[in-house]
Amino acid sequence: MHSFLGVLFDGLAYGALLFVISVGLSITLGLMGFNNLAHGVFAMAGGYLLVTLISKAGIGFLPALPIVFCVVALGSLVLERTLYRPLYKSTPLNQVLLSVGIIFVATAGVNYLWGPGQQPVVIPEWLSGQYAVLGLDLSRYRLFLMVIVAAITLALVFGLERTRFGAKIRASVDNQRTAESMGIRVDRVFQLTFALGSGLAGLGGALGVDVLGLDPNFAIKYLVYFLLVVVVGGPGSVFGTLLAALLLGVADIAGKYYVPQLGAFIIYAAMIILLLLFPHGLLGRRKSR
Amino acid sequence: MSDNLAKASRHVSFLRGRERWKSAEIAFWLTLVGVYFVFPSSLVFASQILITGLFALSLDMILGYAGIVTLGHAAFFGIGAYTAGLMAAHGWHDPFLGLLVAGVTAGIAGYLCSFLLSKGGDLTRLMITLGIGLLLYEVVNSATKYTGGVDGLQGVEIGKLFGVFGFDLYGKTAYIYVLIISFLLFVFTRSMMNSPYGLALRSIRENQTRALAIGIPISACLTNIYSIAAVIAGIAGALLTQTTQFVGIDVLSFQRSADLLLILIIGGTATMYGGFVGAVVFLLAQNWLSNLNPQYWQFFLGILLIVMTLYLRGGILGGFSRLVNLFRHWRNKEHS
Repeated sequence: MHSFLGVLFDGLAYGALLFVISVGLSITLGLMGFNNLAHGVFAMAGGYLLVTLISKAGIGFLPALPIVFCVVALGSLVLERTLYRPLYKSTPLNQVLLSVGIIFVATAGVNYLWGPGQQPVVIPEWLSGQYAVLGLDLSRYRLFLMVIVAAITLALVFGLERTRFGAKIRASVDNQRTAESMGIRVDRVFQLTFALGSGLAGLGGALGVDVLGLDPNFAIKYLVYFLLVVVVGGPGSVFGTLLAALLLGVADIAGKYYVPQLGAFIIYAAMIILLLLFPHGLLGRRKSR
Repeated sequence: MSDNLAKASRHVSFLRGRERWKSAEIAFWLTLVGVYFVFPSSLVFASQILITGLFALSLDMILGYAGIVTLGHAAFFGIGAYTAGLMAAHGWHDPFLGLLVAGVTAGIAGYLCSFLLSKGGDLTRLMITLGIGLLLYEVVNSATKYTGGVDGLQGVEIGKLFGVFGFDLYGKTAYIYVLIISFLLFVFTRSMMNSPYGLALRSIRENQTRALAIGIPISACLTNIYSIAAVIAGIAGALLTQTTQFVGIDVLSFQRSADLLLILIIGGTATMYGGFVGAVVFLLAQNWLSNLNPQYWQFFLGILLIVMTLYLRGGILGGFSRLVNLFRHWRNKEHS
């Protein structure tokens, strides 16, 4: 029973991390229908930036996080302008190829600058160690992760449901042409959402160095996970993404804990079955274009 | 009445015209025969290029002609490679039998998988093909007892062709064998793509709704072409096994599917020869740049992809035909 609760706890923390990284992809995919396989690159950039900030610039773990968020968000704006924008109306194949190209360049670049090894991260002392709750050892860092993710989720939901900008995003996801004819500048909305989503991915990558690990193959290794979260959750739906991320996190950790000999088999099988049952995602809305 | 006849004969001559072998095509295959005499020391590499070209041709059928984006085509290549390898390791040494069984097995797998692709949009399809590829990799990886896992399948022994020509160390027999099989499969694919069936596939790629409206059975066509492409991919995999006498787990890797996609894109889709041209350029460049530094190669490949998707659609053959058109245009102007 205890081991089950432990697995559940680890799985939820893992899922929470997947959510932070993928939610930006979900919204941009729902908004523009852009098949961006390179979303993990932003998470990877966040991770490397955090490691460098801590080890080279001597900045603390907590102050480094907002810096990572801002730098990755700004960097993604540049990429959006130069590379993504020309291909919005293009075929899925071209979008896939472009993003695979970005992954390759990022992987090779990171490999060249930081070397092929795993990057270590020093977590501040007050975050390492464990709390004993009801005889269960809960990692402080994972609790911290969950708190942050809960805060981000609340902020996102509030922002999407209660603010004017959120209303514009929802309108654009639901029906782009009508939104445009109502005077919403969809491309501007998209640009900001893209930057926000990439910044969140960078933040997730930075938070995840300790849990997911960080090496040059990060973007390829977790590509399936991010896409899976989005596709299963239904592009454009924050709650769907959260649900899918938590489910996936728990399933993956449980699979690795109880049946390690199957490896990643369970996650891929679950993915195919879920996609066949819900081709539009668990909570996805059918788009009207 | 005679009007209809004239129309019909025009259609027939249109199809015949597509089917006629052009001199450039004949030159292409003669060059491949010439490679045997000009580069006798690099025939092993040359057969790998041919096999990759054949594999890219099978992807071209579903991507270039039918328009299905897939990131898991290596699954069928791997099924073919392991089928041929397991047969050879368990006593069936005849190469032709190996090819046949590998092709059929991959074809059945392709037929079954094609039903999974009928649902959802492009992204869902992409994820399902990706998932099938990764799933298969995991299965082979964990079934160490039968497949050797990451160490690869050992003990593959291939018998002599027709009981006469053995596979030698320099790859002479292997090259001729691969060339003949590739050519036969190419002729088969070419005639299929030039037939009305090939035209139907193209119309599905261009516009599904209209294709349906003019009476093309879309899902049946896609199932067909996916299975046939899987057969060819399986045979290509089996050829690799038989010529190298080894099966590594990388035949199933994501990298192979992604590389294949790049090869086809570099060469040019829906051109029949794009896969072969792409394989030559890709493998030569890979060989050269990886020797300098493996990171250079990946970086260069990434840049190439980005530049190609943004500025150079159509790949090498697409750019080439654009040049030819430009030249013709210019010459016509001179004349008039």
